[in-house]
Amino acid sequence: MWEVLRGVPDPEIPVLSIVDLGIVRHVRRGDDGRLRVGITPTYSGCPATAPIRAATRAALDAAGFGAALIEEVLAPPWSSDWVTPEGRQKLAAFGIAPPQSAARQAVSCPRCGSEATERLSEFGSTPCKAHYRCRACREPFDYFKCI
Amino acid sequence: MSTGAAAGPADAGAPRQALLAYLLRLGDTSLVLGQRLGEWVGHAPELEEDLALANLALDFIGQARLLLSYAGEVEGRGRDEDALAFLRDAPEFMNLALAEQPNGDFAHTIVRQWLIDAWQLELYQGLTASADGRLAAIAAKALKESRYHYRFSSGWLVRLGDGTAESRSRAQQALESLWRFTGELFAPDEVDAQIAAAGVAPPLASQADAWSARVQRTLAETTLSRPAAAAYPWHGKRGVHTEHLGHLLGEMQHLQRSYPGLQW
Repeated sequence: MWEVLRGVPDPEIPVLSIVDLGIVRHVRRGDDGRLRVGITPTYSGCPATAPIRAATRAALDAAGFGAALIEEVLAPPWSSDWVTPEGRQKLAAFGIAPPQSAARQAVSCPRCGSEATERLSEFGSTPCKAHYRCRACREPFDYFKCI
Repeated sequence: MSTGAAAGPADAGAPRQALLAYLLRLGDTSLVLGQRLGEWVGHAPELEEDLALANLALDFIGQARLLLSYAGEVEGRGRDEDALAFLRDAPEFMNLALAEQPNGDFAHTIVRQWLIDAWQLELYQGLTASADGRLAAIAAKALKESRYHYRFSSGWLVRLGDGTAESRSRAQQALESLWRFTGELFAPDEVDAQIAAAGVAPPLASQADAWSARVQRTLAETTLSRPAAAAYPWHGKRGVHTEHLGHLLGEMQHLQRSYPGLQW
């Protein structure tokens, strides 16, 4: 079951699965025998929420698990700390700097690895990303921001 | 999400009508502000600010969806978030009058945003301890977003208010024009009293001081002066609005009014 969920991509950052993103909160079978999958939104207004629900239902159905019930889980609120280590590696390989931990290290450039980076804007092309620039290789890049 | 309908209001112990009114006030304020911010898309002074305002708009509309969905369930008349957003007229909207004020120039938008962000920070912080579990969950989620909203708007307020003579003058003008709408943020009525008595939200008076101190701290970083408090004639929370809301709704609701039930 988790294998199937690991195959459901985030529509806005397709290298990440919904499991990598840490938004799958529970998977269980209800008393009625129906599969229930709890998914938490990353940001209140994230437009990917609805497509993710649909894709999850479709993937589980296609794998023979029947029509799963997708439950919205609001509490506790999603945190970028929940992005898995594997998800962080995938983000970096894709060219998006992964979120830093609470320890608050510098943001490294996903291209050259330099920590001489600067924030251009806290807001990027999706709610979860910020605009950065590397001062070493001069390349602009996206940073998956901490929340 | 119909499962929480019976549990939420019953657990909280607040009269259903008061809870409904309270949720509409919060949800409508977020919705109307989100719509206003969306008007900037393609028109902001810099691409970065265009993206920032669009990001904020998205957060507010997301918060509105959560709050209005809950309101629809509490109401129990089968209206969902869309029916509440697109099929009510201005007197049925319970948003703060401040949220519906037109964008004006960039300074005007920033001042409006900063005043509301400071209010939401205190509000959501207080609501995370709400006796209503569903509202507490929505607030905990929204609070994370309010923090960076406030960083954005207060950062710009300082830059404008301590920048050139032109930016300072425009920011001060915006303050003078919008300040009179802040009286409504903390003027309690019977809905607020019932909600506070049931432990759903902290008393408004307790948030007013924190808001005022926060606003003062940011103003102190600028050369802007705080306008005097003024009596306010608007009662957006009770559906008495400025003339601007009707125009906003005309645009926002046009498709659903002209083509009822239309879907993407």
